[in-house]
Amino acid sequence: MSAEHGSAGPVSTGWLSIGPWRNRLRDQPAIPLLVLLAVLVALLQLVQPGIVKADWVATTIKFATPLAILAASQTLVMLTGGIDLSVASVASMSAYIAATQSSSQGDAMAILLALLAAAAVGLMNGVGVGLFRVQPLIMTIGIGLVVTGFLTVYQVLAVASAASVPEVIGGLFGGTSLGAIPNSLFVFAPLAVIILLGLRRAGYGRLLYAVGDNQVAARLAGVRIWQVLLVAYVLSSLLAGVAGLALSGVARSATIALAEPYLLPSVAAVVIGGTSIFGGRGGYTGSIIGALILTVLVSLLTVLEAPQPVRQMIYGAIILGVAAAYTRLTGES
Amino acid sequence: MIASETLAGRLGGSLRRGGWTLALYVILAGLIAFTSVLQPRYGLDTLAIAALPLALAAAAQAVVVISGGIDLSVGSMMALTNVTAAVLMKDAGTETAVAVIVGVLLLGLAIGALNGLLVVTTRVPDIVVTLAMLYIWGGVALLVLGSPGGGAPGWVKDLVKGGFVVDALPRALVLLLVIIGSVWLPVRRSQLGLSLYAIGSDRLAAFRSGVAVERTKLASYALCGLFSAAGGLALTATTGIGTPTVGAYTLAGVAAIVLGGVSLAGGRGGILGPIGAAYVLTIIRADLVFLGVDPNYSTMIQGGIMVLVVMLAAFLTLRRVRR
Repeated sequence: MSAEHGSAGPVSTGWLSIGPWRNRLRDQPAIPLLVLLAVLVALLQLVQPGIVKADWVATTIKFATPLAILAASQTLVMLTGGIDLSVASVASMSAYIAATQSSSQGDAMAILLALLAAAAVGLMNGVGVGLFRVQPLIMTIGIGLVVTGFLTVYQVLAVASAASVPEVIGGLFGGTSLGAIPNSLFVFAPLAVIILLGLRRAGYGRLLYAVGDNQVAARLAGVRIWQVLLVAYVLSSLLAGVAGLALSGVARSATIALAEPYLLPSVAAVVIGGTSIFGGRGGYTGSIIGALILTVLVSLLTVLEAPQPVRQMIYGAIILGVAAAYTRLTGES
Repeated sequence: MIASETLAGRLGGSLRRGGWTLALYVILAGLIAFTSVLQPRYGLDTLAIAALPLALAAAAQAVVVISGGIDLSVGSMMALTNVTAAVLMKDAGTETAVAVIVGVLLLGLAIGALNGLLVVTTRVPDIVVTLAMLYIWGGVALLVLGSPGGGAPGWVKDLVKGGFVVDALPRALVLLLVIIGSVWLPVRRSQLGLSLYAIGSDRLAAFRSGVAVERTKLASYALCGLFSAAGGLALTATTGIGTPTVGAYTLAGVAAIVLGGVSLAGGRGGILGPIGAAYVLTIIRADLVFLGVDPNYSTMIQGGIMVLVVMLAAFLTLRRVRR
């Protein structure tokens, strides 16, 4: 895949009339996404009147949090023009390590170990992509396989200690306090603010965009691209590790394939959120709303009692539909 | 430039281009020899049967990646064609089964073309469109067949079993060569083949040279669908049933083409390399079992080998670029 800015096809003729709209959409992709989210919530309310209330909001946030954190990993690397297909394996790994080590090492140490392991995987990805210039897609598929394989081996070795999710994690990501406020919000909100501000204001955040937008220009401007990429992949894996812990907290259990079903949704959430898969354009706001949209969509399909195949097809159609609408409106591909 | 016009120069050029593929086949030959010492009962036919679906998945992916795209829905398309064939062929007579095989291949061509049409008309990046189609075709496969079932007539299963004319020549290998030879060779030699490489290597330059970029792109996805359908049929023949959730073939296919020397950036590589890589990946899996390696380690070792090889390849490319 090459960057396709200025692609070969003809420029659509109507661009002048919707030009202002386009700019607004490009700057604020969040607005139409919020509208879509509202439509889905309204549909849900219509299908099952009375379902949308405080409890439901809390549950939705609880279930959306792991996906939103995974989408953060994906956002960071996708802004550089890459992709991280090892996030699901890393998330499962950190959840499983934390759950198996907590009884012998204590909760804090177990969580630290889990995150260290995640960072180590990110370092491997980063060395491959940043220093060796391996295509991110294939590098992260390979490392993902290594991690999955490692987990299989580790599972056999750690069979003595049963996997039990640390109390802290269960309470933090699975519980609620003050009535109906999900505890995960207290972890997620600061994290999201740091990522949002970091991407917008911090020097490193801007470097991610610079590298993704035009690597040659960034290099000529003196950016050490390998350092930016290395750090991006380490951060991505660390966030995936946190997402894994969150997931085990919500599910109150940890298996070695815990996060596997979340791999493609993490990419989908970012894409729906308007971050370009070629890098350089997008942000985390869209990814958060994307994760919420996918979560609400799943609960809508569950309420509709749609059979699994139909659910899957609607899921795919929504991803394609939103991406196509976004491309049409902004005139970018 | 002038030097490369001479015969020796041309030979050198094609050797350099084909060097990776050649090395891959040397490694494969070494692994086959190694395996025959390790476990004499593991014949070439076992390898050819086990590698057939992956080899076709790799061929499918290779066509799209060479023309600058990527198709994440290969695994789903294989699942869909696999179950369709298994459902329709169960207890069917010979004529019906032949009709089903032709029909399923056409189905593959059609769903692949639909992927391509969506990529071209929506102008959404290939990876996103095919990610969505991965869900959609997977859903359709589950609608066709809810849980593993169906069947295939004996002669279809025999198509991939045993030797062709002589025992040393596995039928599954012959079948693979026939499929590739009858589809890819004519395409490669036609204008379409040139256009596929052209749009993969530089879309804008191809457009300005008068290549019908969008039509070529659509054709690449249609061919991908056709090979995926062949892969689905291969699954029906080798397993004898239909399984609606074929998991790993998309990513394994991507791994095989990269190991096979196809650049994910497009425009470079062939189809023999990926097929060789599919065989190498399959035989490594078998060897690990014969070596008595704890099966739990095999995924880790395979992933490790893959990472090391792509890093080595990237390292060599980097050195060439810097020089």
